[in-house]
Amino acid sequence: MNRNKNAFFNGIRDGFPIALGYFAVAFSLGIVAKKAGLNPFQGFLSSMLNHASAGEYAEFTVIIANAPYLEMAFVILVTNIRYMLMSCALSQKFDSGTSLFHRLLVGFGITDEIFGISIGRPGALNPYYNYGAMAIALPGWSLGTALGIVAGNILPASLVSALSVALYGMFVAIITPVSKNNKIVGGVVIISFFASFLVSRISLFAQMSDSMKISLLTVLIAGLAAFFFPVKEEADET
Amino acid sequence: MTHNIYLYILVAAFVSCLIRVLPLTLIRGKIKNPFIRSFLYYVPYVTLAVMTFPAIVTAPRIPLAGILALIAGIAAAWKGMNMIGIAVLCCAVVFICETAAAYIL
Repeated sequence: MNRNKNAFFNGIRDGFPIALGYFAVAFSLGIVAKKAGLNPFQGFLSSMLNHASAGEYAEFTVIIANAPYLEMAFVILVTNIRYMLMSCALSQKFDSGTSLFHRLLVGFGITDEIFGISIGRPGALNPYYNYGAMAIALPGWSLGTALGIVAGNILPASLVSALSVALYGMFVAIITPVSKNNKIVGGVVIISFFASFLVSRISLFAQMSDSMKISLLTVLIAGLAAFFFPVKEEADET
Repeated sequence: MTHNIYLYILVAAFVSCLIRVLPLTLIRGKIKNPFIRSFLYYVPYVTLAVMTFPAIVTAPRIPLAGILALIAGIAAAWKGMNMIGIAVLCCAVVFICETAAAYIL
């Protein structure tokens, strides 16, 4: 029991800087949420349940587009599919005897950063470490979103305009280091930029919602990349 | 037809929870299929790239500010700056560009 308590407090300690960062970025996500017509409570709820920067951004574009619920399911599946890979990796990190309850709860709490710190722990993963990190990081993320929705009104237009790129800055921070070290990923990223730009310009696709464009381009480009440049075993866990 | 925001949130939450929980509860061994492994490996980078561009250019009031923010963000990430630092840097670039433009124009 004492070990679990220790792990929980270690999780809180490591989750604290994550929570601070989340708060700032979620604030800019709240600005998008407001555009989609969410009130602060809805933003809080969405961030508490979904807690994914890219996934929630996509979620709000679906709401803005007033697209069908099925499209929402598809868009979330595609934008959050990386969590599936993280979930696979974490399953290797558990003791085989870990109960279903712990597997469900740890799975629910997977984010890029929580995955990052938990995969870096030595030895088998203690679920209470994740609970500690979740207990501080997820409320930080959710409160940030809610406050972004509230303060979107108060802030001057110049600040809102500046904050609107924070999320993209975060995305750039995720893709650039990997592109730097892996030429194929770098090429795939450049092709994705180019394809996305083309699709945004071609009138043929004008009827299609942004979220649908994102999903289709992802399945197409990642599928082609996987076909032509299969990943070797070790290169998988980044 | 208008949709209910709570239903949207619940659909999103349900799917993302399923994605996160299923492999952890079901798959105990390693995924063997090289195509699926590779596909899953590339997906996050493609999704993030497609979402970033050209949206980062159209989000601020002045498109040039967005382009400069993108370049600054990539350069800073290349040099190893952390995620939050890069997010702040991109915001600062847009803010400075737009403030400067307001004086010049």
